[in-house]
Amino acid sequence: MEMFWLIPLLPGASAFILAVFGKWLPKKYVSWQACLSVFASFLISLVSFFGLLRISADSLPIIKTLFQWIQSGSFRADLSLQLDPLSSIMTLVVTGVGFLIHVYSVGYMGHDKGYTRYFTYLNLFTFAMLILVMGANLVLMFVGWEGVGLCSYLLIGFWFEKHSAANAGKKAFIVNRIGDAAFILGIFFIILIVGSGDFRAITGAIEGGVVTQGMATLIALLLFAGATGKSAQIPLYVWLPDAMEGPTPVSALIHAATMVTAGVYMVSRMNLLFTLSGVAGHVVGIVGALTAIFAATMALTQNDIKRVLAYSTISQIGYMFIGCGVGAYAAGMFHLFTHAFFKSLLFLAAGSVMHALSGELDMRKMGGLRKYLPLTYPTFLVGAIAIAGVPFLSGFFSKDAILTHAFAQGQYFVWALGLMGAVMTAFYMFRLVFLTFFGQERLDPHAKDHLHESPRVMTVPLVVLAFFSIVAGYVGLPVVLGEKANLFSRFLDPVIHPGHEAHVSSGAEWLLIVISVAVAICGIYIAYIFYLKSPRTPHRIVARFPKIYKLLYNKYYVDEIYNAAIVRPLVSGSQVVYDKFDLKVIDGTIDGTAAATGFAGRVLSLFQSGLLKDYALVLLLGVVIFLGVLLF
Amino acid sequence: MGIFLFFVLAILCVGGVLGMILSKNQAHSALFLVLAFACLGGLFGLLDAPFIAAVQIIIYAGAIMVLFIFVIMMVNLELGIAPERKRWTLGLSAFLAVFLLVELAMAVRGTLGSLGRTGGPSIGSPTELGRLLFTEYLYPFEITSVLIIAALVGAIVLVKKKEKE
Amino acid sequence: MIPVSYFFGLSIVLFVLGIIGFFVKRDLITMFMAVEVMLNAANLAFIALGKAAGTPAGQVIVFFVITVAAAEAAVGLAIILLVFRQKKSIKAEDMRLMKG
Repeated sequence: MEMFWLIPLLPGASAFILAVFGKWLPKKYVSWQACLSVFASFLISLVSFFGLLRISADSLPIIKTLFQWIQSGSFRADLSLQLDPLSSIMTLVVTGVGFLIHVYSVGYMGHDKGYTRYFTYLNLFTFAMLILVMGANLVLMFVGWEGVGLCSYLLIGFWFEKHSAANAGKKAFIVNRIGDAAFILGIFFIILIVGSGDFRAITGAIEGGVVTQGMATLIALLLFAGATGKSAQIPLYVWLPDAMEGPTPVSALIHAATMVTAGVYMVSRMNLLFTLSGVAGHVVGIVGALTAIFAATMALTQNDIKRVLAYSTISQIGYMFIGCGVGAYAAGMFHLFTHAFFKSLLFLAAGSVMHALSGELDMRKMGGLRKYLPLTYPTFLVGAIAIAGVPFLSGFFSKDAILTHAFAQGQYFVWALGLMGAVMTAFYMFRLVFLTFFGQERLDPHAKDHLHESPRVMTVPLVVLAFFSIVAGYVGLPVVLGEKANLFSRFLDPVIHPGHEAHVSSGAEWLLIVISVAVAICGIYIAYIFYLKSPRTPHRIVARFPKIYKLLYNKYYVDEIYNAAIVRPLVSGSQVVYDKFDLKVIDGTIDGTAAATGFAGRVLSLFQSGLLKDYALVLLLGVVIFLGVLLF
Repeated sequence: MGIFLFFVLAILCVGGVLGMILSKNQAHSALFLVLAFACLGGLFGLLDAPFIAAVQIIIYAGAIMVLFIFVIMMVNLELGIAPERKRWTLGLSAFLAVFLLVELAMAVRGTLGSLGRTGGPSIGSPTELGRLLFTEYLYPFEITSVLIIAALVGAIVLVKKKEKE
Repeated sequence: MIPVSYFFGLSIVLFVLGIIGFFVKRDLITMFMAVEVMLNAANLAFIALGKAAGTPAGQVIVFFVITVAAAEAAVGLAIILLVFRQKKSIKAEDMRLMKG
């Protein structure tokens, strides 16, 4: 367990080797090295996790300082990695799911000419993400934060010859940057008040009363603004749907399981701060709830299989933030945990479908695929059931935990929104399932010829993920079944300082469970009617409400609004600044200096007439002046 | 008697130099200069420096000016180059020269009184000078002889026409 | 008998006259002659001051000055000859190779 600091370094070393020597390494070797490094990290994470179970809470967190990094006056930030329950869960998720996705990528990207570059980036991403979750201070966490942003840009724009992909990469990075600006401000304030970015120091400062409620609110809001960028919440979510331009395994890893959840991790890590400032917590909860519903409505109408999943991700992260917002950080993290499994499963399975159909992603051109994809279909179905919140699968436990806590805290508005979102989640997921795997075949004939199930290297990870999507929920059983039942929450106790978590009577809790289940079944049934029983129904509804449909289909025109209100003024403003200032003033100054120097030179060269007499004249002048000075 | 001689020689000297400046013909300028140098030689004599006076006449007026006249003859010049066209440098140089004169005058004003008079024992007898040259000032003497050889060789090498192949 | 200061004053006048002559004349040879005038003015000053100080040092200096001036005149005139051969002119304005 003392080796936990190796967890980020193994993929990092692999990335470095691939970056420097990748050109000369054979493809098979690249696959093995990339996957094994992550697997090794996973094993160490596992060992560390079990090690954590055995030690008492007082010796947490365990910190290993690799070297002294920043020392400026009284401020120190070291390259320190920390192991505690929260980071342990995150490392397990990142390395475990990451490993499965690496394996899947061997098959999915097998014919791509950028194969080595892909695994270099993927390893680099894993390294950065692990630094993010294992950093012992805010500064190091921010390094990881930026690192994953960079890798996201690199991987989204992986097929950079495609304009849409390159633009999507840019968009992701730039939108993230806006959030990061607020994040940095938050970090600065913390360092200002606490004197250090160390999490232990921050905890100490908050418990010691150094941080006032007002400051806590300000800092928490700034940090959360950064989280909205990274975790794709309102208002900075716009990059995630476009990020689907990247390869599907990338979407699974980065934009489902890990990077986008970094915001949730960060909020949980700083839970004391958010609890201290009640306002920030409320904001987090409301933003989460609004995003959950907002994104769910957009997912209803999308025809691109990956976009549906993208909006679904935005929506589910909203749920995680609802959990954090109402003080149930453990519930939020729990949903992060289960979501990693079933969402990456859904993405990988969708990738499998696309692979089978030679790259088709429009659901209108699918249908009836369950006959041809005997492994992809059941695993996808498992993922869909899990996310819909059907009992006994993982999604049910985590989503229910969140909604119950929301209700218990008296946040009925948030709870109601969450419930509505759950209906929509069930609906759009099963819409996806029915359109893709059931019904009449609307396949492109050329695609149909090449229709084949994916190779084992791709389907085995699907099966593994499906398994976890089912069982992962059992570590976090609802409290009604016994105080001790929620292993997950108890594991996180040393980190998530228990706030004033309200409780509901067990009767109320059972009622809430029943409502959630009913809602989920409702959604599935409606989808069944719409897309299997009477497939004309969607068309009739669209015909009845054309304007609403248009609004939803065009994603509420948010991209267009941002473009007009923010992007274009900025670009034209920059153009003006460029013309007026950059060209005229800055270039003018430099050219002017050069011209002035040249001019001075030319003037001086007038003195060099080449005439003897002129030189003698100057001599004489000098003598006269010299004598004059001496005399007077 | 001495003062009278002084003034005659002085006026002749200045006149010679002025003549050199104002004359348009280089040969005439050279001859005027010879006159000036000769007068200077006389002035040196008045200053109780007979040896130097002789040297001045022999070397300066005799050898150097003859060199000048040789070169003037060798260089085919159009007769009389007009003096400098009016340019602002001319005015400035004239002004500066006069200013220099004023300055020099002011510089020496204080000490002019204490310079004493000529007459009295001669300090520059050739014997005395010779003794000094070969004892105290031996090094400059010898180096000067080397210098002369260098100048001699240099002048010959410079002007030698290329051998016709 | 004669105040030495008179000689000294004459030396100053001759020197300035030499300067004026240098700037007035246009051909190299006469310019050179003006330089010789300046040299002689300095010689006169040396002798005068030597007399005033009562040492023969002034004369020794002048001895050397005259010698070196002779050497210099030889070399200088040689150069003027060369220049004339190249440029077929001894006007100072024509020697502008160092312009700029």
